[in-house]
Amino acid sequence: MMDLLNILLSESFWAASLRIATPLIFGVLGALICERAGVLNLGIEGIFVVGAMCGWMAVWLGAGLWGGALAAAAAGALFGLLHAVLTVPLGLSQHVSGLGITLFATSVSYFTYRTALPNVSSPPRIEPFQALDIPLLSDLPFLGPVLFQQTALTWLALLMVAVVWYIMNRTALGVAIQAVGDNPDSVDAQGLSVYGLRIGAIVAGSALMALGGAFLTMSAFDAFFFGMVNGRGWVCIALVIFASWRPGKALFGALLFGAFDALQVRLQTEMGALVPGQVFLMAPYILSIIALVIAARSADYPRALLTPWFKGQR
Amino acid sequence: MTDSTVLRLNGLSKRFGPVVANDDVSLTLAKGEALALLGENGAGKTTLMNMLFGHYLPDAGSVEVADENGVLQSLPLGHPQAALAAGVGMVHQHFALAENINALDNITLGSEPLLALRRNRQAARAKIEGIIERSGLKAPLNTPVGRLSVGERQRVEILKALYRDARILVLDEPTAVLTPQEADTLFENIKAMTREGLSVIFISHKLREVLAFSDRIAVLRHGRKVGEMATADADEKAIARMMVGADTPKVARTDMAPGAPVLNLSGISVTGRSKRDTLKGVDLMVNAHEILGIAGISGNGQSALANVISGLAAPSEGHIQVDGIPVPKPGPAAMVKAGIGRIPEDRHHEGIVGAMSVAENMVIERLDDPEVQSRGLLRRDAIRDNAERLAQAYDVRGPGVTASSRLLSGGNIQKLILARVFERSPRLILANQPTRGLDMGAAAEVGRRLLEARERGAGVVLISEDLDEILGLADRIVVIRDGNLVEAGSHDREKIGLMMAGEPA
Repeated sequence: MMDLLNILLSESFWAASLRIATPLIFGVLGALICERAGVLNLGIEGIFVVGAMCGWMAVWLGAGLWGGALAAAAAGALFGLLHAVLTVPLGLSQHVSGLGITLFATSVSYFTYRTALPNVSSPPRIEPFQALDIPLLSDLPFLGPVLFQQTALTWLALLMVAVVWYIMNRTALGVAIQAVGDNPDSVDAQGLSVYGLRIGAIVAGSALMALGGAFLTMSAFDAFFFGMVNGRGWVCIALVIFASWRPGKALFGALLFGAFDALQVRLQTEMGALVPGQVFLMAPYILSIIALVIAARSADYPRALLTPWFKGQR
Repeated sequence: MTDSTVLRLNGLSKRFGPVVANDDVSLTLAKGEALALLGENGAGKTTLMNMLFGHYLPDAGSVEVADENGVLQSLPLGHPQAALAAGVGMVHQHFALAENINALDNITLGSEPLLALRRNRQAARAKIEGIIERSGLKAPLNTPVGRLSVGERQRVEILKALYRDARILVLDEPTAVLTPQEADTLFENIKAMTREGLSVIFISHKLREVLAFSDRIAVLRHGRKVGEMATADADEKAIARMMVGADTPKVARTDMAPGAPVLNLSGISVTGRSKRDTLKGVDLMVNAHEILGIAGISGNGQSALANVISGLAAPSEGHIQVDGIPVPKPGPAAMVKAGIGRIPEDRHHEGIVGAMSVAENMVIERLDDPEVQSRGLLRRDAIRDNAERLAQAYDVRGPGVTASSRLLSGGNIQKLILARVFERSPRLILANQPTRGLDMGAAAEVGRRLLEARERGAGVVLISEDLDEILGLADRIVVIRDGNLVEAGSHDREKIGLMMAGEPA
């Protein structure tokens, strides 16, 4: 018990939680925007891979770190646009299209990587984002190391929580996105474009998802590996429900998952002799399922989620 | 026409494939006038208004709308945006409201720049409150629309149009979903607005409200305008004749001696979450050759009573007998087996399986019948033949018996249900709001079929919010109020009305 308390009170544990949560924050926000507009984006897992690959490769090819992030976002937006065209004006099944995007995006990323680097066994490393060291603030006890040893992308993720919240709740655009996810007719009858809003939301959401992937190769690690996304996209899909489609709760959910994950690594080293390691690896997922079961009972789904809308049909 | 004309439809025509929805319809509307557009379902009223509003592109004809200075300008067709800009607002039968945002946001949606960083909600609120002040259309602005009542939602819909400075308001069957009280309030609000210079067209097939609240009446039949008159000169019978093209067949009703009891409820209680789902120890007896009318204001336990009789709700106390035989475990299947035929209130959701074909829906209550299946396999030919025969006999019109039943219109769905129920020759028929939303012809057909069943020896429980319907069909009337049943003892409208309202008669 003392060990657990020690872990929970350590700065490194909370710093790790926030680090692990960062890609999830991007992913949940992205999925949230898409679903608020009424479209499920199961392409998220593949878009993470695309973001991870493109961000890293752009930097490796000589673009700056921010250039890499931009390349990742643009690539994600492109796959988002494909999903949007298939599901919005064409009205295809959002599940099928999303899973297709994930398979396609993942394969294209691996293909590009292998074509560019046919004979390497270990991928070339880049110089990743460094911790933002803000003088004085970084020296604060506890908070300093937790917050101010994170990289710029983590700060961007936190900033995006506020930005998405503001857009959703304080601007006409956000209100229109909420409305189009609830009843597209309400938007159409007032002269706004249902297709425009939905496509825009999916493209923007997908760009955010790709930044989550880029964080993996440009902050958490310094190279691109196969399988490195490892289900993070799917976790985001679950976290959106946990968050009831609200940015603030999305941040909380991502941090909670990050904390579970950070905890299991530490418990593994503490108690690895007693319990098989796989149990700890499972723990964050099992705990998120439990959290989801509790939260999803009262989940207030966007009413038009998964329902295609066609102009001129009432 | 005088200077005050604000709208002129010139020879509008529209075909959908082989179906002529509108044929050379012309109309004019004066400033401050309330015009009622009357006609049966499918007469082309909604199509006409959708052309005016730009949802449909007419095949022929033109529309002129007066600008701010009262000069008629031709309206580009097929563009809702142009109609909105010209001051035409339309309130659809199915509300176009987002339920997760509040009324204020629904009203201002689309009239603010999307990419602005800040919204001017104060100005919007002031403008809306001004409109509410003038029109009397009260609605809470800060509550998510999902939590508003149907009446409030409708007022929000109208506010949406007025916020866009509509000078011409089109209301498509505005009272179809309202209680009589809400309907009256709505029309009073509309009257107040027309005095302010708003011109209103409302679609309806309720003669009473048309006569009470319109200035002028235009009647459509089979897509053509067949009559137009000032309401002051209008005669109810003449209008009804115009709508259906002939005198409405007065349902012939012969007196009959009631037979043996077919349904006996004793001491039935249902504990529900709300008043509408609650019954408080009621007794009810229905005899053969008898139509029992259940009158009452909606939400007084009608749902609970219907659910008990159809087996959807298990009573917490009491006994049910059908044809003198107790039903020990009342459930939907048990009640069907016991001889009860159900015409449910929500025919789209509880009456049919929309994704299944018309033919399949017609046999869905007797899948264990050897005529329908043998050794667990459906006999598709027999099912289709059966459907063809019933569609003929009950005049179910639509794209054919193998098409999805959800493609049928409301009236034809009801005929499908009637066919299914009556073919089984049930001992007791539960008819819950059987004519709601139907036009006069279809409603008369339902009444005729119920009387036919009574003649055959069935008992009928007729639950309706339309007192005229009950007075016209029922042999005996029971008033439901607050989960209790009280025998009315007569067909005295005044007395029953007071009992419904809970006053001592």
